[in-house]
Amino acid sequence: MLYVVIGFLFFAIVLYFLLGGADFGAGIIELFTSDDNKSRTRHTSYQAIGPIWEANHMWLIIAIVILFVGFPVIYSEICTYLHIPLLIMLMGVTARGTAFSFRNYDAVKDDKMQNLYNHIFVYSSFITPLFLGITAGSVISRQVDPAADSFLTAFVFSWLNWFSVAVGFFTVALCGFLAAIYLIGEAKEQFDVKRFTKKAVIMNAAAVGFGGLVFLAAEVENVHLAHWIFGNPVSLTAVIAASVSLVLLWYLLSKGKTKVIRILAGFQVTMILVSVGYRHFPNVMMVKGGNNLSLLTNHAPAATINDLGWALLVGSLFILPALGYLYYSFQKKKEA
Amino acid sequence: MNDFLAARSQMALSLGFHIIYSCIGMVMPVFMAISHYKWIKTNDHVYKNITQAWSKGVAIFFATGAVSGTMLSFELGLLWPKFMEHAGPIFGMPFSFEGVAFFIEAIALGFFLYGWNRLNKWFHWVTGIVVGVSGVISGILVVSANSWMNSPAGFDYVNGQYINIDPLKAMFNEAWFSEALHMTIAAFAATGFAVAGIHALMILLKRNVNFHTKAFKIAIVFGAVAAILQPLSGDISAKGAARRQPAKSAAMEANYHTVPYSPLLIGGIPDTLNKKVDYGIEIPGLLSFLVYDDFKTPVTGLDKIPQQYQPNVPVTHYAFQLMVAIGMFLLLIALIYFFALWKKKEWLTKDWFFKLFVIATPLGFIAVEAGWTVTEVGRQPWIIQGVMLTSQAVTPMPGIQYSFYLFTFVYFTLSVAVVFLLSRQIKMVPELYDR
Ligand code: HDD
Ligand code: HEM
Ligand code: HEM
Repeated sequence: MLYVVIGFLFFAIVLYFLLGGADFGAGIIELFTSDDNKSRTRHTSYQAIGPIWEANHMWLIIAIVILFVGFPVIYSEICTYLHIPLLIMLMGVTARGTAFSFRNYDAVKDDKMQNLYNHIFVYSSFITPLFLGITAGSVISRQVDPAADSFLTAFVFSWLNWFSVAVGFFTVALCGFLAAIYLIGEAKEQFDVKRFTKKAVIMNAAAVGFGGLVFLAAEVENVHLAHWIFGNPVSLTAVIAASVSLVLLWYLLSKGKTKVIRILAGFQVTMILVSVGYRHFPNVMMVKGGNNLSLLTNHAPAATINDLGWALLVGSLFILPALGYLYYSFQKKKEA
Repeated sequence: MNDFLAARSQMALSLGFHIIYSCIGMVMPVFMAISHYKWIKTNDHVYKNITQAWSKGVAIFFATGAVSGTMLSFELGLLWPKFMEHAGPIFGMPFSFEGVAFFIEAIALGFFLYGWNRLNKWFHWVTGIVVGVSGVISGILVVSANSWMNSPAGFDYVNGQYINIDPLKAMFNEAWFSEALHMTIAAFAATGFAVAGIHALMILLKRNVNFHTKAFKIAIVFGAVAAILQPLSGDISAKGAARRQPAKSAAMEANYHTVPYSPLLIGGIPDTLNKKVDYGIEIPGLLSFLVYDDFKTPVTGLDKIPQQYQPNVPVTHYAFQLMVAIGMFLLLIALIYFFALWKKKEWLTKDWFFKLFVIATPLGFIAVEAGWTVTEVGRQPWIIQGVMLTSQAVTPMPGIQYSFYLFTFVYFTLSVAVVFLLSRQIKMVPELYDR
């Protein structure tokens, strides 16, 4: 059962990254769109994410619940030492979620308020994944120091370091990339397809650039990233698969296959997560001094894990088909 | 402000904020489903307009409820890591089911909000029902987590270790039923009266009387029935609290002395120094009767509880009095409403009648906040009654007061924004829904 629970945890994180990430990305793309085209982007992305917006963000809740029920020590350590980035991320989630629905449901659509909502939405779409990435990076950065004796070392340098920040920006670029690829398939007119393709190219370049920085920063901060990724066959295969799929993606895009490339983009991001996750599993939290927190030893008692596993299995019987049907029916309606 | 106080205040603020949105998120879908049903059945367009007007409001509330809930699931760890470390595996079951229920709710809401004119009309209607049902289930589940804090179960606490954990037993602890029942009824009472009150105001102002009268009728039926059930369920809660948490119960009543024929206290100002109450009305024996069903058995007073394990008496007492007073007032107008329906139809169009409901608009929610204050402040100094002190649970991170100021600012801004959006919504009713 423990592995079922861990499986769901990984599944929830990946899905949050893909779906929630594309969602953040829509805001990031909007942020980097020239004023003339902003409303076109907004329109396309609203059509694309409107109905599924709430559901996409539920994966974060699921991951958190699994963490605090199943792995309470890990949850409480993360919450203690990474309090500040989590707080900033939460502020981003709040600003973004409310601004998104306020701009759609404000009964009066005047420019002044719409402008305000739009501004809040795009900036928080940038901040949120940035700090989500920073938090994730910090968890494996070995900078969390339980023996720290000052405020700065315990609660600030745990996340304010080159590695975590680089992971943060890498995350932002990936989100933007996912969204651009997704929006290419949603766009109705050639003009928009062109625009989103350009965005995808830029985001792809940014992701590669920040990815390089992540490796550099890892060397500076003494994180064995290269070793994790290139040091074992599974991770290596995943990285190669990711690269191949990227090439394939651009090829298919040039052939005008705007829908299948989504799967490739999703596959690519999943492979990145797999390649990083695989090597240091089961240690999810790497702490200074080597007292790493492992999923296999820091879990809740068996009775809890058992019940949690069943709840997730039975719950997903309800959720997955319903969610699939939601995506399906709005996809179909849009095409009709 | 020290960190501990700041953490408590931040938690209280966040929950006090979230509860309003979650009550609305539980109850409004039910109202919408009824009005939607009437539209499908009668083809009267007013009902369609009501449903759509409500659903726009609900989308705003739902988003705010969802983000404040997301905040909460992190805040439990950000503020109370030591509590979550031990309690997570024990009281986490309801939260995992709740995760499932939320998910279903969010999916159904996606269908509902975007399904107008796109989906089969009955399928569309059912998705609305699913939103309501899963909302109520989430409410019940999360309250059962809270009731575990009041009445811990499903584990043994030996030498500081939590062993023999049984999450299902923890979930169905002794207090869960009374708390979940009382909370669900409260959500209907509070939302019912708030919605009815706003529509009553519009009727008084003679705006779209037809639209608002129909909306008023749907909301008030639920509000009024709930208001009648509320004191009954409150009595069950009070009996349970007296048995399980004598300190809370004594603080609610500001009952300083354990005596036979324990009196019920109405009003009064507790004097914590001299351990007495000034200016209250005492009804001898009634408290004993309410708790034990006989007039004589003494009810435990604060004299039996060590000073360091006593909650803040004035706060608990005032909050309790306020809740009960509002409960009685809502009961009264609920009875007037049903009496009017039954015998005095002519009242139903009178101005004084609608004014009564306008007065009641915020009261249900004030009672909800007061009730939670009773539950939470009355449990202090414990975070898990009798097992862990709140002060042992708090995060070691300093500077929480800044986080508290930030949250205060954010929630204040959001509240202003929601009120602003809602008033724009109401202002637009004539333009959008009148032809
Ligand atoms: C519309 C709101 C509302 C109204 C009119 C009332 N209550 Fe209430 N009460 C709540 C809303 C509420 C609440 C917010 O929902 C609480 C907090 C925790 C809970 O489960 O319900 C609560 C808690 C609560 C508790 C504490 C339970 C505990 O801590 O274990 C007691 C003893 C009562 N109530 C009793 C009453 C009585 C005797 C009422 C008489 C009219 C009453 N309530 C009206
Ligand atoms: C939504 C309705 C709720 C309201 C309005 C509410 C209100 C409060 C208040 C006023 C406090 C501060 C008490 C004090 O420190 O004196 C508090 C504390 C707390 N509440 Fe609640 N509460 C609610 C529901 C819940 C639920 C459902 C849970 C858990 C599942 C919960 C968990 C806590 C925790 C962990 C604390 C901090 C520790 C403590 O002070 O006991 N609350 N809440
Ligand atoms: C008595 C207290 C509570 C009640 C009755 C309650 C009920 C609800 C309801 C009905 C919703 C659905 C949102 C809506 O329709 O507006 C909701 C949302 C949420 N609640 Fe609470 N809740 C309570 C306290 C808590 C606590 C203590 C937590 C976290 C630990 C929490 C976490 C959440 C989350 C994560 C959501 C968002 C779900 C979504 O995105 O749809 N709630 N709550």
